[in-house]
Amino acid sequence: MFKFLFDRDTWQEVYDSFSKNKLRSVLTMVGVWWGILLLIGLLGSARGLENSFNRLFGDFATNSVFVWGQSTSKPFKGFQEGRPVRLSLTDAKKVEENIEGIEFVVPRSQTQATVIRKFLSGSFQMAGDYPLLDQVQKKKLIHGRFINQNDIDFDKKVVLLSEETYKQLFEKDENAIGEYVQINSMSFKVIGIFKNGNVNMGPTTDMHIPFTTFQQIYNRGDEIGWMMITGKPEYNIKQIEADTKLLLKNLNKIHPKDNRAFGSFNLGKEFAKLTGFLTGMQFLTWFVGIATLIAGVFAIGNILLITVKERTKEIGVRRALGATPFEIKRQIVVEAVFLTLVAGILGIISGGWILIALDAAYGQGDDAAIVNASVSIAVVFIALIILVILGTLIGLIPAFKATSVKPIEALREE
Amino acid sequence: MLKINQLHKSYPIGDSSLHVLKGIDLKVEEGEMVAIMGSSGSGKSTLLNIIGMLDEADSGDYILDGLPIKDLTEKKAAVYRNKFLGFIFQSFNLINYKNALENVALPLYYQGMKRKERQEKALFHLEKVGLADWAQHLPKELSGGQNQRVAIARALAANPKLLLADEPTGALDTKTSHEIMAFIQQLNDEGKTILMVTHEEDIASMCKRVVRLRDGVIMEDKKVEQVRAEQYV
Repeated sequence: MFKFLFDRDTWQEVYDSFSKNKLRSVLTMVGVWWGILLLIGLLGSARGLENSFNRLFGDFATNSVFVWGQSTSKPFKGFQEGRPVRLSLTDAKKVEENIEGIEFVVPRSQTQATVIRKFLSGSFQMAGDYPLLDQVQKKKLIHGRFINQNDIDFDKKVVLLSEETYKQLFEKDENAIGEYVQINSMSFKVIGIFKNGNVNMGPTTDMHIPFTTFQQIYNRGDEIGWMMITGKPEYNIKQIEADTKLLLKNLNKIHPKDNRAFGSFNLGKEFAKLTGFLTGMQFLTWFVGIATLIAGVFAIGNILLITVKERTKEIGVRRALGATPFEIKRQIVVEAVFLTLVAGILGIISGGWILIALDAAYGQGDDAAIVNASVSIAVVFIALIILVILGTLIGLIPAFKATSVKPIEALREE
Repeated sequence: MLKINQLHKSYPIGDSSLHVLKGIDLKVEEGEMVAIMGSSGSGKSTLLNIIGMLDEADSGDYILDGLPIKDLTEKKAAVYRNKFLGFIFQSFNLINYKNALENVALPLYYQGMKRKERQEKALFHLEKVGLADWAQHLPKELSGGQNQRVAIARALAANPKLLLADEPTGALDTKTSHEIMAFIQQLNDEGKTILMVTHEEDIASMCKRVVRLRDGVIMEDKKVEQVRAEQYV
């Protein structure tokens, strides 16, 4: 059945009719070429963006919401409006105990601190943290370790420095682990160096010290700066946010409808927006790509229709010499599929070049906007299969047109 | 070889129809060389087309070499044409982007013959018409007479029982016409049955039998003394 595909003569015929109309054949192929190029280029870019988003958010548990206290905007239970709202460790504990679907709650405190080491000094953002923070926002450690439970239990005076902080306080390539720095005139032992991520949700942190130590040296008691709340993957983070805020209002005697008492940043919601955007973009890409492809394939069909019209007489001669209608149709369909496939493969190759160029221009370094822009082999195969199917279908139109004319009429054609 | 009985054919023209062939009876024996003559509109081309299975009669019988030709599917007609008939056209009808050899090999291609065998056979027939040296030339690089010789080689390639020629010399000057006729006569001498449509008396006189058509009926059917074309060449 498919023996003719491996027959040199079939391809000789294809080559002959192609080379007879080189320019037109090439122009015909532009549509399909462009369609595939668009599909590959856009899908690859979309994948690159997705990769870069994933890399940016990779350090975070994305099903998270950050909540901090602001000040009340409604009088409630004898309190006037404008009362500052301060969250406490008790609040954090209550939230963790009472809200459904919570994975963990991480209380944090933060302040600006002056750090001195030998003759160098600087002012840095310092946070008091629990070891749990590492679960919500993965710290990239270059050296050493993160805060552990032992540090918390014994209020250890240990500190992690960000890479930038380290560079300001230490000589190049100097070993920092085990060295001491002065924070608020107290000596802290450096236990680790970390790298800040590309995206920082909330204020950037230059240094981490144990939470309990922080509370103690700043005399904060129970009061915390803010809390990071991570939901279990199967729970809706928006609901968790609403529940948490209601509970916190209740605990802090705030009007239930007071919307300004707490500030929050819902990472899950923002992340969902981005992924939604990416999904939309991919859908659009497929839509545009396939539509362009179909238009391109139609152009091929159209040109073949004209070619067939021009070759009416030739086809008549062939039929007089003994070509069956099936052989004529088959040849035209093969030509259609061949043109679409060649155009498609060229499109895939040039689409690949575009992705390579994109990668070279925007894909380098840690903060690249497009990471590893690529399309999977599966997509390429799907595209090729679609091309073969479309090429066959569209080739059938001129094929039937070619054999709809009786040979006698075809021969009379001038 | 060929038997036609009460053949009728009409073409619809608007609401009415044009009765082109009004009951043709014709019998051609093997080895004959028949000229079908008539003015335009006499139905001579229609008759040739029906004999060539390019067209179908409305009624009547057509038997080719004992095989009734009736209600053929396109596919069957194609196979029969390929096997039994060789066509020579007025305007050669060579495929312009194929060289002489490929043109001659085309009927063999549709027979499903292997490429090598096909080309050998095609070259043999090209040699026979004296154009072996022109095998790789395209039709536009050949003269009219050469092109018609290529077309004759093509018609012969599949070794058909019957050669059908539609005004084979219509597009050629007198000298070349005579050359071509000499070829065709030679083929007939070798035993090929030839049916030829022409309106030129001198060409018809080079056949062995002349059938005259007028308004769709045979007016005259007589054997003639064949004039040899070689004497003019």
